[in-house]
Amino acid sequence: MRAAKQTSHRLLVALVAVLVAALVNVTNAFAVIETYQFTSPELEHRYHKLSQELRCPKCQNQTIADSNAPISKDLRELLHRRLESGASDQEILDDMVSRYGEFVRYRPDAAGVTLWLWLAPIGLLVLALLILVSVFRDRSAAPASLSEEQRRKIDALTRSGSVKP
Amino acid sequence: MPARIRLFIPLAAFIGLFTLLLRGLSLDPQELPSALVDKPLPKFELLSLLDAEPVTERSLLGVPMLLNVWATWCISCRVEHPYLQQLSDQGIKIVGVNYKDEDRAAKKWLKDFGNPYRSNIVDKRGTLGLDLGVYGAPETYFVDADGIIRYRHVGVIDDRLWTNRLKAVYESLSKSATEA
Repeated sequence: MRAAKQTSHRLLVALVAVLVAALVNVTNAFAVIETYQFTSPELEHRYHKLSQELRCPKCQNQTIADSNAPISKDLRELLHRRLESGASDQEILDDMVSRYGEFVRYRPDAAGVTLWLWLAPIGLLVLALLILVSVFRDRSAAPASLSEEQRRKIDALTRSGSVKP
Repeated sequence: MPARIRLFIPLAAFIGLFTLLLRGLSLDPQELPSALVDKPLPKFELLSLLDAEPVTERSLLGVPMLLNVWATWCISCRVEHPYLQQLSDQGIKIVGVNYKDEDRAAKKWLKDFGNPYRSNIVDKRGTLGLDLGVYGAPETYFVDADGIIRYRHVGVIDDRLWTNRLKAVYESLSKSATEA
């Protein structure tokens, strides 16, 4: 009985492990299978990094590493060529942006119009905090004492009998 | 009174957000502004389709033109084709970029459906397309007489689009050229 329980337990653990592994790998599963020869592992590393940071202009929610679109293939080829010719990451990104605009980067430059993209979340967070603070301050200050005029009004109403205290 | 005004803050926020999102609904996310607007045509050296003469960006200057990226595999290009013919008949200079295509298929296309192009640039490997920032044919670049790209339209050009928007863009091309 106990042995059976133990094996089922083990089975469960194994199942969870497989699931977790599948979830971790799910992003890689969509990547395009393609072979490029690199003269150094460092270039290959940069290729993977950059191709996952550049956005396919045609299929707008995919990186060029994920996308099967011909345009992404062209961009991967260009990326490979530029890396092998010794261009720096910044040069390559500038090159891509000069063709397709800031849109092509998943991490746009923190300058010009795209600066808003970086600042907006911070701005919204600050705004939310301000609202939160003001709400809590109101709540704690709520049972404020009545003004002299309000007191007189209540007195008048209760005395006239139209409102019972 | 200010307390009463503050009651309207959520409503104002709602209206603001609503207008913003409503505006977003009518925007086409596929329509990207070209990074090459107000920049000169990229340098290239390719052959023309029909007579295999060398073409460069300099040989295209002089008159405002539409640079139309097309291919025989592109279905919407087929849709756009008759309208380009109409524009060409009005005397508008249209230069084609035959993008990643087979020469023979392209020549047959022009023979079968008519040729609205003043000339065609063969971009078999898509290098010019890449430099132009092409991401989906058909694309049409509005280039002034000095070879500066002033506007890019992605997708089919039809009569409605032309009269509503693109005609004015085209006319502004010759205006900027005469001023310069």
